[in-house]
Amino acid sequence: MADTFQPIAARPAPVATEGLVPWIRRNLFNDWKSALTTVLLIGLALYVLPGLSQWGLFSAVFGANAEACQAARGTGACWGVVTEKWRVIIFGRYPFEQQWRPEVATVLMVAALMLSCVRWFWKPWLALMWVAVLAVFFALMGGGVLGLEPVRTDLWGGLPLTVMLATLSIFLAFPLSILVALGRRSNLPAIRTACIVYIELIRGVPLISVLFMASFMFPLFMPQGTTIDVLLRVLIGITLFAAAYMAEIVRGGLQAVPKGQLEAAATLGLSYWQTQRKIVLPQALAMVVPSMMNNFISIFKDTSLVTIVSLYELTGALGLALNSDVEWRPFKIEAYLFITAIYFAFCFAMSRYSLWVEKQVSVSRTR
Amino acid sequence: MSDAIVTFEKVNKWYGNSFHVLRDIDLSVRRGERIVICGPSGSGKSTLIRCVNALEEYQEGRITVDGTELTDDVKAVEAVRKQVGMVFQQFNLFPHLTVLENLTLAPMWVGHVPKAEAEVRAMQQLQRVRIAEQAKKFPLQLSGGQQQRVAIARALCLTPKIMLFDEPTSALDPEMIKEVLDVMIELAGQGITMLCVTHEMGFAKAVADRVIFMDQGQIVEQNAPHEFFENPQSDRTKDFLSKILGH
Repeated sequence: MADTFQPIAARPAPVATEGLVPWIRRNLFNDWKSALTTVLLIGLALYVLPGLSQWGLFSAVFGANAEACQAARGTGACWGVVTEKWRVIIFGRYPFEQQWRPEVATVLMVAALMLSCVRWFWKPWLALMWVAVLAVFFALMGGGVLGLEPVRTDLWGGLPLTVMLATLSIFLAFPLSILVALGRRSNLPAIRTACIVYIELIRGVPLISVLFMASFMFPLFMPQGTTIDVLLRVLIGITLFAAAYMAEIVRGGLQAVPKGQLEAAATLGLSYWQTQRKIVLPQALAMVVPSMMNNFISIFKDTSLVTIVSLYELTGALGLALNSDVEWRPFKIEAYLFITAIYFAFCFAMSRYSLWVEKQVSVSRTR
Repeated sequence: MSDAIVTFEKVNKWYGNSFHVLRDIDLSVRRGERIVICGPSGSGKSTLIRCVNALEEYQEGRITVDGTELTDDVKAVEAVRKQVGMVFQQFNLFPHLTVLENLTLAPMWVGHVPKAEAEVRAMQQLQRVRIAEQAKKFPLQLSGGQQQRVAIARALCLTPKIMLFDEPTSALDPEMIKEVLDVMIELAGQGITMLCVTHEMGFAKAVADRVIFMDQGQIVEQNAPHEFFENPQSDRTKDFLSKILGH
């Protein structure tokens, strides 16, 4: 009965489970298949890396020296092309002396984007901040106010154009896509048909032709004397294009919300819009975060197509910088690697952010 | 008829063109009456109570709820839904909102009650179903029985005159059925009109004023519980009772 309690002294685990060596054993050499894969991959890396680093680093030319680059051709990379041309690549045709303006504008907008990603800042003033940021952005870019020299929109280019087009078209297309998705499920035949026609029409044509229409065809239908800025037309084109695809993503989410949720909301007396806003959309959008972000990323990259209508965003500006320059044209690959890094930085950030958002919404659903 | 709160007059309903789900339903529910509806699956019992708050439309006849005739008119539907609370088999709580937010949503957005007041009332209802300590959790963190009690509290927050229960215990583990039934029995003692589709015959015996048996879209038999269970009139009712009470 009165057995005394004898605590068993704590012992270390028989096999170490933490630390570098166990991690390697578990993840890289778990069985013969993973061991073989590991060995093969290490072998491949050892085979490729020396040549790659020789080309990219040790034999590379970093100075803006075309002759040295020419001499190193075939053995080393010519990063000098970036040193020489980065301002044209980043800012396109924007007047050289004024390039501080797009620089400040873009830094401001990227900062605003980063701020908007933080949950703590999701307050009403965020909307006001965006109004201010956009106003400053366009004032800086366009000029004509506060003694800034006016710069025509067709001279805007490079990264500022890419960031602005992507940001605005995502911001505008997202709410539009929600309305279209709801419209496509509407009980009112006219609204439903209009939404279906819009979606199918847009999905039936490539973005290039939408841009082409916006840029060259649309002005023909306008009354004489009225013109809409080409940048605005292109922005609207991208927005309408993106919204059609996003609407189908949203619709997928809407369909995944169980019917019982709608019945419960109806029973409680919520109106159609209250039900959508409070019950359906929060659940539907949470379910489509990954595919939505997928679409955001592809919009960001699709902005490169505006080159077709002579707006030189990042990719277009690269062509602008090198195509007509016989001296530097041979080093296009290095310049492309440079903008690849820029695109990658943006897209990778978006993709990581999407993972975070996904975790946030799943936390509030189950836990 | 002045004390009737829900009346069905020759109500017929079809799903599509061929499935005649409700056939010539005549029913009058008195104010404060507690009715249990039972019957085999597909007999139309859920459809019947879902007609009361216009979750289902009907093609023929007349349904009147608390003096309002249910028509296609949105205003009529709105007016009726204000008076009628409903509890579903699958709970249908909003998974992205906390328990408390589930309860305050409708009072705040439909009833325009200020947030603080809505929360006080919601906590009262949660205490009534003995689950106040879970207010900050999300529905999917609760057990089935707890979720169903939250659903009952959510319906009560709008102070309905009529409560509809659509098989409230059918999706629950056996151990959790009692905690939900206890709450329903308590509610039954407080004068609210209840229409309850259930197979819990013990509940029917304990609280019902009337038991209705349905089969193939018709009301086969209705009677006070002791009469209904002791002395069923039709063969179909006897057959049904022998199956569900047989063991």
